[in-house]
Amino acid sequence: MSTENTPRRPSLAAKAALVEQLETQAGDVGRLYERPTSQWRLAARRFRERRSGMIGLGIVATLLLVALFAPVIAPYEPTEILIGKEDVTRRSPPCVHVLGCSEDQPQHILGVDGNVRDVFSRIVYGSRVSLRLGFFTVTLALVVGTTLGAIAGYRGGWLDNGIMRIMDVVLGFPALLLAIAIVAVLGPGLTNALIAIAIVTLPQYARVVRSQVLALKESDYVAASKALGSSGARVLFRRIIPNALTPLVVLATLGIATAILEAAGLSFLGLGAQPPTPEWGAMLAEERNQVFTSPHLVFFPGLAIMITVLGFNLMGDGLRDALDPTLNA
Amino acid sequence: MIGYVARRILLAIPVLVGIMLVVFFLIRAIPGDPCTALLGERATAEACARFNEANGLDQPIVVQLGIYMKNVVTFNLGESVRFSRPVSQLLIERLPLTTELAMSALLIAVTVGVPLGILAARRHNTIVDTATMAFANVGVSMPVFWLGLMLAYLFALVLADTPLHLPPSGRLSAGVLSTPYYEVWGWNLQEGTFWAGLNEYISNHYIFNSFITAQWEVFGDAVRHMILPAVALATIPLSIIARMTRSSLLEVMGKDYIRTARAKGASERQVVRRHALRNALLPVVTIIGLQLGLLLGGAVLTETIFNLAGVGRALFDAILGRDYAIVQGFTVIVASIYVIVNLLVDLSYAYLDPRIRLE
Repeated sequence: MSTENTPRRPSLAAKAALVEQLETQAGDVGRLYERPTSQWRLAARRFRERRSGMIGLGIVATLLLVALFAPVIAPYEPTEILIGKEDVTRRSPPCVHVLGCSEDQPQHILGVDGNVRDVFSRIVYGSRVSLRLGFFTVTLALVVGTTLGAIAGYRGGWLDNGIMRIMDVVLGFPALLLAIAIVAVLGPGLTNALIAIAIVTLPQYARVVRSQVLALKESDYVAASKALGSSGARVLFRRIIPNALTPLVVLATLGIATAILEAAGLSFLGLGAQPPTPEWGAMLAEERNQVFTSPHLVFFPGLAIMITVLGFNLMGDGLRDALDPTLNA
Repeated sequence: MIGYVARRILLAIPVLVGIMLVVFFLIRAIPGDPCTALLGERATAEACARFNEANGLDQPIVVQLGIYMKNVVTFNLGESVRFSRPVSQLLIERLPLTTELAMSALLIAVTVGVPLGILAARRHNTIVDTATMAFANVGVSMPVFWLGLMLAYLFALVLADTPLHLPPSGRLSAGVLSTPYYEVWGWNLQEGTFWAGLNEYISNHYIFNSFITAQWEVFGDAVRHMILPAVALATIPLSIIARMTRSSLLEVMGKDYIRTARAKGASERQVVRRHALRNALLPVVTIIGLQLGLLLGGAVLTETIFNLAGVGRALFDAILGRDYAIVQGFTVIVASIYVIVNLLVDLSYAYLDPRIRLE
């Protein structure tokens, strides 16, 4: 490249001339962008422009704060039984002082449940249970699903066939029924519900990763990496997977919503969180026969589930639109 | 097309066999055996041995698997240990309810969801669009069991003395009986035959049965009992269908051939009806098929809330009660329906869009 005539350190004037020349060569293209914009910055801008995605982000951020500061926000312990400590009766309706509830009565803004516990405190602490559950379920499904899908797509042949047929079988069941059966095998409980939901949602990740790997494995940069002598695992995990992340991010965000909803369903059937854990689905199940007499005990936990799921759904949709405008459905 | 159909059917078989195997081993992996589940913790060893022998549970697991496979192929689903009745009889009694529930829900989801989606797309970026999509987003986020309980509270209690009152549980009111069509029409059926079973099964679809025999009081009662569970179950599919219809129609409306149609002077109505919708509804068909699994899963929750003796609830009870025969028999039927419907959706899709079968 360097010739004898070119000085090692070009003078300032030479530099300016060079820049000018390059710009002229590049034509108008170079001036279209005022400054270089990265893919992620573009995506972030697109995300901010969508109101529903921002609402979702707001809900999720608020939930995270509530979960983080639960002890500060909740006036009582989630499992604290208030009998003998306060003048309250079982299943008493919400009492808010500003809304005209008598000042002599203790304030329980969402009422008191059948075991004389403060519903608001339980719902606040419940956010911890749900967020943790959603996060860990998706992480588990994501890691296992990605690995299986990547291997299937990269290796192909009988391995691909075997893995994907198993995934088909899992998808062949109605998800909730399979989850119920798995929990029945493992035994009821929050951790086992988490594992069950991870298993039934895992094929989605495997399928997406497999199709991405199939598409990317023929690309030039992968061929280049192979030519440089990279091992199969290195090509797969360092070259292909990072480029297949976009749909996974979206799927995972939406997956948290699904996981929380399904876990609430399992808890409602008595297979997930066990009492006295302040889990929203379980809280609802405990009081479902009281729906005609104390509707607030059913209404508020359900509302909490809905808002949480809505938050992750909106955020997931916003992310999809921002990260890949061509992805639809 | 024939080649494509054959290939898809062949591909469905290993999935069905896989499902049968999974169910067989999964239920046997559940801790606790049927004997103690049924006879109680204090059942003696001899009682258990007798029980196991009577129900074929003393055989080696491979033999049990062989018997199970043979039974499935010959449509013999065995006998429930808890009810001491053939599984097929239980299916005859319980499947119709779930079918009617799922069909009603699907009907609501499609008849409301598709027009909503079209409306949102036609009024893109207006308040109508925003409101519809807000509704759809809330809809997909709603727990079925919560919505069911809230609907029951609203329509059975708050609106109790108004004409909008709806019953919160059961299939028919006390005292209302659905007379099977074969009795109404005086058919002479030989009890215990397949033909009799089939007719009993069909007549257990109360809404259908009372409709064809003009038992209008029964029909009205059955429909009124079905509304709340069906609406609760329909909400999520409805929202998904509405979103899908909207995004699909919006995408199609941006295509060149739509511009061509407009350019040649077709009215907006014609453009949407004749040109856009046909193509836009293709992906919606797939989505509708995929909702079936959701409906069957949701049926467990809906049937629990509304005290309906359907397949979902029975399956749930059987899993917890370790009633192997019911779990095996019901799952095979439910999974088969699921796989077959998905197969039909795939085939209809290939029929509607020739590009797919050429791939």
